[in-house]
Amino acid sequence: MKLTGAEILCESLMRLGVREIFGYPGGAILPVYDALGKSKLHHVLVRHEQGATHMADGYARASGGIGVAMATSGPGATNMVTGIATAMLDSSPVVCITGQVSSKVLGTDAFQEIDITGITMPITKHNVVVSKAEDIARTMREAFLIAASGRPGPVLVDITKDAQQASAEFHWEACEPKLPPKRVRKNHDQAELDRAVEMLNTAKRPIILAGHGIMVSGAMRAFEQFVRAGNYPVAMTLLGIGCFPANDPLNLGMMGMHGEAWVNNAIQEADLLIAVGMRFDDRVTGDLRTYAKNARKIHVEIDRAEINKNVKVDAALVGDAREVLEQLTPHIATRDHSAWIGHITELKGDSAVRDIQSLPDSGHLYAAHVINDLWKETRGEAIIVTDVGQHQMWEAQYYHHNRPRTLITSGGLGTMGFALPAAIGAKFAKPNSEVWVVVGDGGFQMTMSELATIVQEKINIKIAIINNGYLGMVRQWQEFFYDKRYVATPLVAPDFAALANAFGIRGERITKRAEVVPTIRSARESAESVLIDFRVEQEDSVYPMVAAGSSLSDMIRRPNNPLVETATEP
Amino acid sequence: MQTLVAYVENKPGVLNRVSSLARRLAINIDSLTVGPTENEEIARMTIVAHTDERGAHRLEASLEKLVDVLLAENISTRALLERDLALIKVSADQQNRPHLMELIKVFRARVVDVAPESLIIEVSGTVDKIDGLLEVLRPFGVLEMARTGRISMTRGGDLLQPPAASPESPVSVEAESK
Repeated sequence: MKLTGAEILCESLMRLGVREIFGYPGGAILPVYDALGKSKLHHVLVRHEQGATHMADGYARASGGIGVAMATSGPGATNMVTGIATAMLDSSPVVCITGQVSSKVLGTDAFQEIDITGITMPITKHNVVVSKAEDIARTMREAFLIAASGRPGPVLVDITKDAQQASAEFHWEACEPKLPPKRVRKNHDQAELDRAVEMLNTAKRPIILAGHGIMVSGAMRAFEQFVRAGNYPVAMTLLGIGCFPANDPLNLGMMGMHGEAWVNNAIQEADLLIAVGMRFDDRVTGDLRTYAKNARKIHVEIDRAEINKNVKVDAALVGDAREVLEQLTPHIATRDHSAWIGHITELKGDSAVRDIQSLPDSGHLYAAHVINDLWKETRGEAIIVTDVGQHQMWEAQYYHHNRPRTLITSGGLGTMGFALPAAIGAKFAKPNSEVWVVVGDGGFQMTMSELATIVQEKINIKIAIINNGYLGMVRQWQEFFYDKRYVATPLVAPDFAALANAFGIRGERITKRAEVVPTIRSARESAESVLIDFRVEQEDSVYPMVAAGSSLSDMIRRPNNPLVETATEP
Repeated sequence: MQTLVAYVENKPGVLNRVSSLARRLAINIDSLTVGPTENEEIARMTIVAHTDERGAHRLEASLEKLVDVLLAENISTRALLERDLALIKVSADQQNRPHLMELIKVFRARVVDVAPESLIIEVSGTVDKIDGLLEVLRPFGVLEMARTGRISMTRGGDLLQPPAASPESPVSVEAESK
């Protein structure tokens, strides 16, 4: 069957199981759009190509599948860079397709020509230029294989316009992926495994550090069996949240910079760290010189390059988390850690009672109230897509996720503007799930143009803006470390409710704690998207906090009376 | 200094990916040589990098994550044969020429071009040997020099061969497992 390159691309995407493409048309990708119009693929028109990549990313994270974004050459492609980097840092399988000028004029600075494979080389798992129609099907199969295999990541396929227009024979079966023959490395030897088992069975104060890799590997069951076999307390990375139920007594919650102090102290006192699918990010470890000094370390990790990168480990089990955990679990002989768990409970003390959430309603509205109410109202079952900053940390602290892939957030790159488009992608992946955007007033203004995409696609997403009139996390750092010199952090915003109305979306503004629950309820009852502008305390901070580069043991604690410490109502 | 050998796909852009990776890891490359192997689709690189063992591990593991890199191996601690080749143009007049020829003989180098005012000397061997020759030539006036950078090979039965493409499974094993 003879097809044009553009038709081959659409046909290939269909066969690879793609239903939605998030994209933006332009000259160099027009032949593909013409073919898209005739295909069964659903194209979601975004308002900025960055949005397309975040949507594909959100789609991938919510579904566990691969998200697809599309853009034209030049500025269309360069607008994707932030989204590609976001996917790279969080190991998210995204395939980006860009149009490119015709191969005849490649390298001549033709209109809207840019070397996008050169630009994205360090932020993609792989990228490739296709300049022949007959190479498109095989390349797409390879791109999907690379994006999802091993440690996943974004792949960019740059297709010249003449390749889209030319005709070629299309034989799907004949277009087997032809990736270079890689050396098969033995992941770890028996001695390494034995060493890990010995550590597991002799540890008195073990703690698991659970990361995103558990979700990526689909290892939730194997992980739970492992946890139960050894009765290990579990601390989570930000992206690990959801891999183990928050309501399980062994789940301590998030660790690191904004983890609870008693969780971090438990890590500092542990004699064994069992790191699974995480990479000892600086936000998790704090100062490496003082990090878990008394602990031996086991690292279960699929990416060899992560072994001993930040933290030197005593046993490295390189491989898929599920496979490694299944290997380990049968050998666990020691499971009585009640003294240690009792000690952690002591460390925890009355921190829950001191928590801002337990304070009586004094007329002040705190972000913690909003997020905690949202958790209660949705019974922890919604997909929450957060942006980056204070609200992101509050969400991680006050919304308790019991299921995997229900918290979608930009961890490694920390990309503001991620939440709204990523939530659109998540909604397409899980159309029957309730999807909430939790976003700050700063990040929301970066990509709020995607409200139009929501309206055009007639999808139902609830948006909670945690609006404190500041770039809150930066303001917090200025408060703590720059003597309250609030340079460039006070932020003027439009009337978000009126803005939503202008887009054709219902908008609400909430200033009192008593209004939170009724408004969330009414929003949930609506079959359409609703935006709620929560005007929260302006100078509240995320506690506790490990200052960047400080020891994990050295946390800034919440002031005794936050109502005195913080400013008056906005 | 750490020495790595990598087998890579012999196609455009791969050298860029490899060198760009070293740059991203903030590892300074002392020399990088690349040439075809007996299989024209595969090229072999010798990378000499200014880093420690930990940096070399990261470079090795990160290189193997590149789709176009078939194998990367840190061979620094193994028994190695290493060779560097240099062409050195040195000024030579009637007076000092005999003295120069003596030195060349001692270093088992060769004269490959003779001109009234200069000679081109070809020398191969370890980096130290070439550095040594260069040292003694400097007083004569080194006009130009080209060096290939180091190529290395493990000695004897310690083989480092590119992985063979298996006709049954054209896909990488790692990729197939998912």
